[in-house]
Amino acid sequence: MHLDPEILSRIQFAFVVSFHILFPAFTIGLASWLAMCEGLYLYTQRDVYRRLYKFWVKIFAVSFGMGVVSGIVMSFQFGTNWSVFAEATAPVLGPLFAYEVLTAFFLEATFLGIMLFGWDKVGPKLHFIATVTVGLGTTLSAFWILSANSWMHTPAGFELRDGIFYPVDWWAIVFNPSFPYRLVHMVLAAYLTTAFVILGVGAWYRLKDTAHEASRVMLIMGVAFVSIVTPLQIVAGDFHGLKTLEYQPQKIAAMEAHWETEKGAALALFAWPDSTNETNHFEIAIPHLASLVLTHEWNGELVGLKDFPPSERPPVAPIFFSFRIMVGLGMLMLVAGLTGLWLAWRRRLFEARWYHRYLVAMTPSGFIAVLAGWITTEIGRQPYTVYGLMRTSDSVSPVGGPSVLATLITFVIVYGMVFGAGLYYILRVVRTGPGGHPVDPKPDPYATPARPLSYPDESVGDHK
Amino acid sequence: MNTMDMLPLIWFAVIGFGVFMYVLLDGFVLGIGILSGFAHGESERDIMMNSVAPIWDGNETWLVLGGVGLLAAFPPAYTVLLPALYLPLSAMLIALIFRGVAFEFRFKANRPRGWNMAFNLGSIVATFCQGVTLGSIVQGINADGAQYVGGPFDWLSGFTLLTGCALVAGYALLGATWVVMKTSGGLQQKAYGWSRMLLTSVIVFMALVSLYVPFLDGDYAERWFGFPHALFMAPFPLAAIAVSWGLYWSVTNRAEYLPFLLSLAMFAVGYAGLAASFWPHIIPPNLTIWNAASPPETQSFLLVGLAFLLPFILFYTGWSYWIFRGKVTRDMGYH
Repeated sequence: MHLDPEILSRIQFAFVVSFHILFPAFTIGLASWLAMCEGLYLYTQRDVYRRLYKFWVKIFAVSFGMGVVSGIVMSFQFGTNWSVFAEATAPVLGPLFAYEVLTAFFLEATFLGIMLFGWDKVGPKLHFIATVTVGLGTTLSAFWILSANSWMHTPAGFELRDGIFYPVDWWAIVFNPSFPYRLVHMVLAAYLTTAFVILGVGAWYRLKDTAHEASRVMLIMGVAFVSIVTPLQIVAGDFHGLKTLEYQPQKIAAMEAHWETEKGAALALFAWPDSTNETNHFEIAIPHLASLVLTHEWNGELVGLKDFPPSERPPVAPIFFSFRIMVGLGMLMLVAGLTGLWLAWRRRLFEARWYHRYLVAMTPSGFIAVLAGWITTEIGRQPYTVYGLMRTSDSVSPVGGPSVLATLITFVIVYGMVFGAGLYYILRVVRTGPGGHPVDPKPDPYATPARPLSYPDESVGDHK
Repeated sequence: MNTMDMLPLIWFAVIGFGVFMYVLLDGFVLGIGILSGFAHGESERDIMMNSVAPIWDGNETWLVLGGVGLLAAFPPAYTVLLPALYLPLSAMLIALIFRGVAFEFRFKANRPRGWNMAFNLGSIVATFCQGVTLGSIVQGINADGAQYVGGPFDWLSGFTLLTGCALVAGYALLGATWVVMKTSGGLQQKAYGWSRMLLTSVIVFMALVSLYVPFLDGDYAERWFGFPHALFMAPFPLAAIAVSWGLYWSVTNRAEYLPFLLSLAMFAVGYAGLAASFWPHIIPPNLTIWNAASPPETQSFLLVGLAFLLPFILFYTGWSYWIFRGKVTRDMGYH
């Protein structure tokens, strides 16, 4: 059996990066949520905010830890599996990664230590600053890594000589055409992911009739947040889509499974794209809608896949479906936000059990939408690593197929174990809850008798 | 020499510094992991892990800086080294995953035994693989331009297995002297014992590696024993002997801080000696800091930010060590 290192490396990268992105997508928003809880506690001195902080910081610690260890793997993947890509793009992308480490990783790692273990070592204000700094670090990290990723989609500010990308204009490199849209879209996605987890947990406590005060805060804040941010995200996604149409028309054509170039193109709600015969089966489409959405004109012209030779097209079916999953979840999020607003207005937000069940079901929606979105944009960039300039097949390391297969299998097993354990511990924290009564009646906010390091079960009650 | 020509030199120093910080800082954390197998009971393990829990994440970040710094400043070094060491580096990453999550998971598990083992074995494997990597660089990696030419097991040799074991002993020494510094009572006494034993093995390993190096390909023999090069190299073994003696003395006399500081010094001497051995190569035999340097536009763009950010990073890292200073006990912990 011939083991192709390219396809194995692609599967490996897709696997490790998909696993990794779940954690930043969650911790970016969670860091801000923690900063808000701690800030509100300092300002109002209401104990519920302290309890919320102490509760969510346990979940944050586990998620952040898994994000760190899976992130270190990422920084090696470029070299171990994509060394030809790394050689060509290092002069441009290397500094962006390095700036991520220098501006974000050190900040996050160091202040996380203070955030988790500095309770009675620093004062409340300094501790709050540590929390805010960790939040800032997560966002800075997103800035640099999305800049690097966007450059691979819309390369700019470089000069290509002998197969190496030489930097010419750093401003153009960092703020490449798709970057601002991608950054906004991803950061909002991360916030929504966190918001739906908070809503899901809050709603679950309502259903279980426990943690009353804390669950009310989670529901009110969550509903307020998603009802504002979901519409913004839809607008941001639309802008991002228009930019993609401008720079990567093949990707849009594949996302919509458009084979023919046409005016007033229809939007397929469902179809079974068939790349061999260059057509769709079982298509259900709304006339003119695709043109309206993508060109904002009733009869706007959209380029079809047949205008590009097959060697220039991305795989159609995976991104046609992943895009629909993402958009579909976005619509369900919008429904969640608007319904929540309506219920709040009718003063039934805390009582409507059907709504709470809906929110519990929506808990993983952000994660799935983030993965679906990334699958769309990354598979949509194929067959290139640097769009239009460097092919994926020309990017791979001179490493043997058996080696890659061995590591791929190992990563799958190890990540399965680690993720399983992490999820189990997080669910255990959720089951335990934020504690209806303050564990510690002392006024000092940070003096709870926590066993060191044991965030997730410090309130399980098994103080050994 | 104008500024542009200076850039590769500056970057060699920066990367060297970053990797050295990693070796020192994660060195003692990994060392604690290696020694955790010898701890008796959960109480000693708790103390040992508590002594590094707030800082290990920041320490590990230096590895990422070393990796991406190499990618940015000397791309061919990165693109040759990583595929050449595909298997040991992948093993290291997996080991670091187990080591890292053990910090979080161990205290949450009803039965911590599995995570104890993950912490212990993860630290040993990660360290061993790092030692193998170091040995591979010293013995040389063949490259054609910026790409590796060779098989998946070219790194495997008696020498790299030796450097792998040597680093396990070395990190364990850093870990043992850190435990001496951060604890008291029975565990501290035990750590003095470990330090003494490990010092002996580190000296033996250093001697073995030093004896082996001249027999490797390359100009190591000429550099260490030929005239006048030997004059420049002579201070390294002399300093190593002096530091070893100081370390032995400080452990015997039950000093608390000195053993750790001298262990750091021991690493500094060994590291500087290695750097001097293959200067100006970054990956012998084909890549030097001159032919592996990324374009000056890249090196200077990153250097500008680095000049501001690195002092800042060192400042707040130092500050966090200051916050968590002092002895660690189990029931006191960090809360």
